[in-house]
Amino acid sequence: MLFRSHVLICGGTGCSSSRSKDIFAAFEEGLKTQNLDSEVKLVMTGCFGLCALGPVVIVYPEGSFYSKVAPQDVPEIISEHIVKGRIVKRLLYSETVKQDGIQSLNETNFYKKQMRVALKNCGVINPENIDEYVARDGYKAYEKAVTTMTPQQVVDEIKASGLRGRGGGGFSTGLKWQFTKDAPGDKKYVCCNADEGDPGAFMDRSVLEGDPHSVVEAMMIAGYAVGSDQGYVYVRAEYPIAVQRLQVAIDQAREYGLLGKDILGTGNAFDLEIRLGSGAFVCGEETALMTSIEGNRGEPRPRPPFPAVKGLFGKPTLLNNVETYANITQIILNGAKWFAAMGTEKSKGTKVFALGGKITNTGLVEIPMGTTLREIIEDIGGGIPNGKKFKAAQTGGPSGGCIPADLIDIKIDYDNLISIGSMMGSGGLIVMDEDTCMVDIAKFFLEFTVDESCGKCTPCRIGNKRLLEILDKITSGRGEIADLERAEELCQYIKDNSLCGLGQTAPNPVLSTMRYFRDEYLAHIEKKTCPAGVCKALLKYTILPEKCVGCTLCKRNCPVGAISGEVKNPHKIDQDKCIKCGLCMERCKFGAIVRK
Amino acid sequence: MKSFAELQAIRDRLKTEVNQRESGEGDTRIVVGMATCGIAAGARPVMTAFNREIEVRKLSGVKTVQTGCIGMCRLEPIVDVITPDGKKVTYVKVTPEKVSRIVNEHIVNGNVVDEFLMKE
Repeated sequence: MLFRSHVLICGGTGCSSSRSKDIFAAFEEGLKTQNLDSEVKLVMTGCFGLCALGPVVIVYPEGSFYSKVAPQDVPEIISEHIVKGRIVKRLLYSETVKQDGIQSLNETNFYKKQMRVALKNCGVINPENIDEYVARDGYKAYEKAVTTMTPQQVVDEIKASGLRGRGGGGFSTGLKWQFTKDAPGDKKYVCCNADEGDPGAFMDRSVLEGDPHSVVEAMMIAGYAVGSDQGYVYVRAEYPIAVQRLQVAIDQAREYGLLGKDILGTGNAFDLEIRLGSGAFVCGEETALMTSIEGNRGEPRPRPPFPAVKGLFGKPTLLNNVETYANITQIILNGAKWFAAMGTEKSKGTKVFALGGKITNTGLVEIPMGTTLREIIEDIGGGIPNGKKFKAAQTGGPSGGCIPADLIDIKIDYDNLISIGSMMGSGGLIVMDEDTCMVDIAKFFLEFTVDESCGKCTPCRIGNKRLLEILDKITSGRGEIADLERAEELCQYIKDNSLCGLGQTAPNPVLSTMRYFRDEYLAHIEKKTCPAGVCKALLKYTILPEKCVGCTLCKRNCPVGAISGEVKNPHKIDQDKCIKCGLCMERCKFGAIVRK
Repeated sequence: MKSFAELQAIRDRLKTEVNQRESGEGDTRIVVGMATCGIAAGARPVMTAFNREIEVRKLSGVKTVQTGCIGMCRLEPIVDVITPDGKKVTYVKVTPEKVSRIVNEHIVNGNVVDEFLMKE
């Protein structure tokens, strides 16, 4: 029986942590009591993208987008919407409510400019049900590849599509496939890098959670193309939902005869296994990742030889990122021309970004290459909250750099980002407003890489530590002008001499903030102030005598007794005692306390 | 183990269902009045009957949608059929028995079933 209504409940990590499982249970129970369970289909899907509004529930065929749903809202949705067809307006995403009714989700600013290729099935199907994936043309690309194309034709198709690695490097995927195919060897491996480690990035997790079969199918195609019968997905253990759904997908594919020996009677063999990473950032680097799969300590090794020649267990290995694989089935099904028609001259297709930081619509977006940063932030992202001004966007995580506000009209693609000293990275996009201190941000990312450095090579292990010490000196008010030069020189050394990508890119956040926000560094060093009011050591709280009415509120709240003064007389802060917690300023009802 | 043909069979069987989850333009929409008056007059079996017809005939781009009371409670169950060209036809006092004729004659073949329309 065709269901008259489909209730889609987001089961991504974001919505799960805000109780979407309880919402699912409430729907299950409510539908049963109303005798509607045979008429309404409940589906736990992957991420819809608008994580800021989670937990999200979408009811089709109307396409009503309910946001911030709580389990206690469910009976109302059932009795009003499902039974009587009256949409519960108070729970709708405000952008979908128009004066003359309700507009489709695809018309909202958040979705209007998006183009879903890698995320095609995310938030549409139940990721734990292989049939739903099959219904959305799943495993049709594999069928097309093995029944109508030779392995070389598959590789040629990927090459012609212009697809470039989505994990950050941006190397041509087709060439990588060609190198692995051409490498001599009786045994070859196909690996998937799902060790998404950049702070703030969660694209790969969402693909695995929402559409795991697309990765399984793409790896099968890759296995056919390069001549491999064994694949490994290296995914971090911190992604429990992704790991579980991927395992379910692999089990189902095996049950259907899509994995194993003699796939669907074609004579081709391919099998997949999951390898869990323990969250070391360096294991996202390809050579370290393979070392870790082999069961050794995750440390990189020099390249060449490249993995395509000598990779996992010393055999030729194809290694692509999750999002790269998620594009493969679409390219095979729709053709390279279709894919190459999207994007810019040298960057084809779409890119998924994880929007985070000071932005209204935090979440997951997929846009065609060449979309401007302004469109992402102002239209899709809904702008900066609380009326603050946009200051910079950070792409590429700890390996990337900043895009300052005056470059907001830059078209996002691989080469444009590199030309301004940043990089595409895996797709984390962190938005910063005027309250963000750029020196502090550089320090934050560097602290991360110092923590995550594996320690094998000296430039990275010691160089980055020394660089961090310089930044620490600057943010604590002990910086000298010569420190800037010293830092720049050190950055160059680290970049040139480190063994792997982690070290080679670690100084990027420092270099890029020094390039675009030199004035902030100078303010820290020369004036000993932090213009954004972040660096504690450089802050000073003072009470303006003309505004203070002497209400004693600050004095009573100060945790260290640094404020003195009589009732109805202006108070004073003892700078030696003040620990700069900011509580007094927060509590003052008269705006009499300022931070400089 | 499945074969490619069996996968295609799954695709054919579930495509109509999974595609209900897209609010595509160019769909034919069957709007069933499901307020208290509609339900009391038997709108639920009518809606179920429409869904069964869509499934049996594997109609793509046809969706059933519920709506509230439009004021003519005495004529319920009321069903609007809105075709992609934006034309709306209102059927009244619809029963499950009338459904297959509406689907067959109107939605599939484009001929409005005059005898089921409002006679005023």
